[in-house]
Amino acid sequence: MTKTKTAPRKSAPDTPDAAVVPSRSLLSVTSLRVADVAEIMQLATELEDEDPAARAQRLYKRRVALLFYESSTRTRTSFELAAKGLGADTTLVSALSSSIEKGESLKDTGITLRALGAECIILRHPQSGAPYLLERETKLPILNAGDGMHEHPSQALLDLRTMLAHLHKPKHAVTETSLSGYTVTICGDIFHSRVARSNMLLLPKLGAQVILSGPTALLPEVAATVGPGITIERDFDKALAQSQVVMMLRIQAERLAGRHIDLEEYKVRYQLNGGRLAPHKELLVMHPGPIIRGLELTSEVADGPQSAIAEQVRNGVAVRMALVARALGAEKAKKTGAVKATKGKRA
Amino acid sequence: MKPILIRGGRLVDPASGIDSPRDLLLRDGRVAAVEAPGKLNSAIKSEGAEVVEAKGLAVSPGLVDIHVHLREPGQGYKETIASGTAAAAAGGFTAVCAMPNTIPVNDSVETTRWMQAAERGAAIRVFPIAAATRGSMGEALTEYGALKAAGAVAVTDDGKPILGDAIMRQALSTSARAGLPVIQHAEDTRLTGGCSMNAGALAFRLGLRGMPIEAESGLVERDLRLLAELKDSRAHLHVAHLSTAAALDAVKRARRNGLRATCEVAPHHFILTEEAVGNYDTHAKMNPPLRAERDRAAVLQGILDGTVDCIATDHAPHAAHEKEQEFERAPNGITGLETALGLTMAVLHGKHKLPVSRVIALLSTQPATVLGLKGRGSLAVGSFADVVIFDPAEQWIFRAADSKSKSKNTPFDGWTMEGRVKLTISEGRVAYRA
Repeated sequence: MTKTKTAPRKSAPDTPDAAVVPSRSLLSVTSLRVADVAEIMQLATELEDEDPAARAQRLYKRRVALLFYESSTRTRTSFELAAKGLGADTTLVSALSSSIEKGESLKDTGITLRALGAECIILRHPQSGAPYLLERETKLPILNAGDGMHEHPSQALLDLRTMLAHLHKPKHAVTETSLSGYTVTICGDIFHSRVARSNMLLLPKLGAQVILSGPTALLPEVAATVGPGITIERDFDKALAQSQVVMMLRIQAERLAGRHIDLEEYKVRYQLNGGRLAPHKELLVMHPGPIIRGLELTSEVADGPQSAIAEQVRNGVAVRMALVARALGAEKAKKTGAVKATKGKRA
Repeated sequence: MKPILIRGGRLVDPASGIDSPRDLLLRDGRVAAVEAPGKLNSAIKSEGAEVVEAKGLAVSPGLVDIHVHLREPGQGYKETIASGTAAAAAGGFTAVCAMPNTIPVNDSVETTRWMQAAERGAAIRVFPIAAATRGSMGEALTEYGALKAAGAVAVTDDGKPILGDAIMRQALSTSARAGLPVIQHAEDTRLTGGCSMNAGALAFRLGLRGMPIEAESGLVERDLRLLAELKDSRAHLHVAHLSTAAALDAVKRARRNGLRATCEVAPHHFILTEEAVGNYDTHAKMNPPLRAERDRAAVLQGILDGTVDCIATDHAPHAAHEKEQEFERAPNGITGLETALGLTMAVLHGKHKLPVSRVIALLSTQPATVLGLKGRGSLAVGSFADVVIFDPAEQWIFRAADSKSKSKNTPFDGWTMEGRVKLTISEGRVAYRA
């Protein structure tokens, strides 16, 4: 419980919220210090470069559950490949083919997975904050694979890795100034986007400026106040002129809830097409997917030389390997040879 | 029922303007005498009065909560009239007004009577508040005269605010003739669909849809406009759980213009802010939502300067499994009957130095006045023998697990309270003893 100035003081010994919060979870980028980000980036590279057989020893036969209440292609597949690449057994539970359909609660589903031996749960859920509930009820490390309109922290980390690679700093240790001097425009349906929230809260930690661009219905003024380094520029072309990276977002029709968007007008003002991109030859084009070709961006841009979309997906596996390894305490490679050597000395 | 002599205590009775040592004799469910210390001792011999020693304690009119959800009929797993009133008695309350959003909705004489029947096992007096429209559907008025005769003390559609101008106008004019206040849960639900907390930067960051301040203040302004247009001095609008500076200003202005408009504030709205939502804590989810610091400070100021008529808890019990859900899915509300006095004393008296008599006025005398509960909220001779005896200085830690309510959904578990109830007497009978 947050203490408010006027509130009677709460007795210290039993603050319920001080209860176990496993630091190995990743629920929001706000919990990450720059050092944590650096470690994750470094580990992603190390795991990507590691011999697959050695890598598969890290989490050999350990159990990781993927609990998906929403559909997903990229996130689910790359988390699964990541866990398997580390040697873990994975199991996928999705809302439509499980007891969730019969009304089982998130709490009970989590307790069931834990009883089946899951040591870490990767959760995608349509409601903001669901991973916090799952962590409270299971006390397991939880990786947030996207919760409602809240956050998608692994996406922001893979976006960061993609940016670092293009800004010629792939192997450098990440610091508070890694993105100093760089401006990233995030354009489109900011209000409904968990990817936007995670990125706008993460990138400024490393020195980046974030510009949000979009119509008022999809981008309320309040968005600029959630953290440092965030501004709003509703003129998309002006935003592009100041940026090194542009991140396009899909309009989330499934979450519009009565908001009316004139798509033709939207395309005129915010679609990233060949003509709009032409003056910005150095601009890196990103998109978390799924993309709706012909709406927020055109095929020539999505498939063009400035697009990093496929690269983002590739980076997903490396970053998610790092997150799964971190969740289960497998940041250090298993040195089977060293163990043998020690034994030899003793004998 | 033996007479009770409460002696040696400090009588705090705002209704009669007394805050000094007095002894009190209760007989036949009424206050029989109030005299200087020692003057009533003869009652021990002459009528065999039971003695309650109140040395070092405050003796006040029992607290009155004009906004509680007792969940009966229909949702006994959350609370029953028996469990809810037991919690109320433990919190120092001797009268509670029960909201009509039960299952079925209390829109009838039958349900209104059923709630007051002796078989419900109420520890203290329950005054039903009836639905303002049939089924709280906002279409046709209920029978105000008959409901009043059956014991209803006000009408409201609580969680389903009356949005239509015509029906609200009708409710105000009909209730004026019947002598019942209309209570409005002021929320323009056309602006709050899918929302689960206060609108603002925090809601945006948490990815939750936010309820704007205007959803409350706009409807309060609309209601006050209708009240003004009615030009009937008997018409009385009471704004439930007011939570914003803008709505408070509207009430203030209306009163200056001579309108009969009153309002209540819940303890959580002057103690907590939206920050309490933290990592989606469902015990910080209620409607109206916890607001930003600016609004919290404004409603607190409204209490201190006398603009706010009374404090009401909006006691809203929910089962553990209902609150252990995703934030947006969890129901609104927290329990409040056992923490109201301890929190209010700690904040208003302890921190803001409001005299104890003002605290009692806000929790007893004034709420009784707002809903016209005759003989309540006062210890003048002839009043109901509704008494709370408490130690105004005792600090204690509230444990939700020890609550007498069936539900434990409170953000105040483990908080330090100030002012502890020792004895609650309802109409001359002991309803709670610590």
